[in-house]
Amino acid sequence: MSKRRPYVRSMDGWWKKNPFFVEYMIHESTALFVAAYAFVLLVGLIRLGQGEAAWNGWLEAMKSPLSLVFHLAFLVAIAYHTYSWFVIMPKTLPPIIVGGKRVGPAAITGGGLLAAVVASIAMLALVWRIAL
Amino acid sequence: MSDTKKIIEIEVLRYQPESDTEPHLEVYKVPFSDDMSVLQGVQYIKDNFDGSLTFRWSCRMAICGSCGMMINGIPKLSCETFLRDYYPNRVRVEAMAHFPIEKDLVVDLSGFIGKLESIQPYIIPREARSLEQGEYIQSPEQFNAYIQFTSCINCTLCYAACPQFGLNPDFIGPAAIALLHRYNMDSRDGAAEQRMELVASEEGVFNCSAVGYCSEVCPKHVDPANAVNINKTNAAKDYFLRFLSPKGGSK
Repeated sequence: MSKRRPYVRSMDGWWKKNPFFVEYMIHESTALFVAAYAFVLLVGLIRLGQGEAAWNGWLEAMKSPLSLVFHLAFLVAIAYHTYSWFVIMPKTLPPIIVGGKRVGPAAITGGGLLAAVVASIAMLALVWRIAL
Repeated sequence: MSDTKKIIEIEVLRYQPESDTEPHLEVYKVPFSDDMSVLQGVQYIKDNFDGSLTFRWSCRMAICGSCGMMINGIPKLSCETFLRDYYPNRVRVEAMAHFPIEKDLVVDLSGFIGKLESIQPYIIPREARSLEQGEYIQSPEQFNAYIQFTSCINCTLCYAACPQFGLNPDFIGPAAIALLHRYNMDSRDGAAEQRMELVASEEGVFNCSAVGYCSEVCPKHVDPANAVNINKTNAAKDYFLRFLSPKGGSK
């Protein structure tokens, strides 16, 4: 008779057991902030469709102190989301060959972050011009 | 050497299937020198304190892939991890995470072996060639497409690093998918479609949530996370293009 009795360890609380997994859970949870902010903008769009008074009400709500605090939290969370997204990107892309050489992970991450910064500044400049 | 008198505490997760209902930690005080690996520390325990301590090892130079252990909770090859880097603190040594423990530091790898077989890890020629026709020719570019994924030594540290494998032991997992990708990328091979059925299956690449830790712990820089994630794209292409040309898992 076999004396084998393989012991299977529990996965309970697995993400707390390694700092790498804790960071993973944090950067994955920032996706909730991205979804929440998309929802905020969607509400704005619906209010716009309901006429001028509804739209101005939404704009006023966006200017409230509580809303500004939330916006700061959204900015931090979404900035970290962007950063962590480009950090993992080299592991998700097929090899990119330029001039016979494979583009390294730092160049892919750096390029992605640069594109995000440029796109954000362009968007900010555009909105700034409309607002003025 | 003057430093041979240093003593480090090594905490070992013990499990004896014949007498224990669950694993428990035991602490051993091990004299060590600066050039001693964690594996040598564990060997010292077996030779001097408890001969029943069970663990796998062979080459002692990070090429056989036998001596993987959780060292302070991190999957590592114990032969290339040094006690001096933990001293004067205690170092904890456990069986590789996510695998069933067979005894002490030995895990049950039969699931992994089955997965290795399932991916058909050999060249299934694209075209039959007779001896008269000569060898299969491959350009340096074609060679470079897969060479990185040939470096795997089957140490399974990537499985001990993958929480998705821990949560679903049926997941084919990083190393086996990296080897699958190695054969699919080989210009001499013609069986990519068969392997893509496995890639797109319930046990396939979509178990992966891009934690990325597998590639971090890989001692041979195979980057299995890259192989898994490239094949998410490949499987998705098969799915969306299935009406134009049915193949892989979308036949």
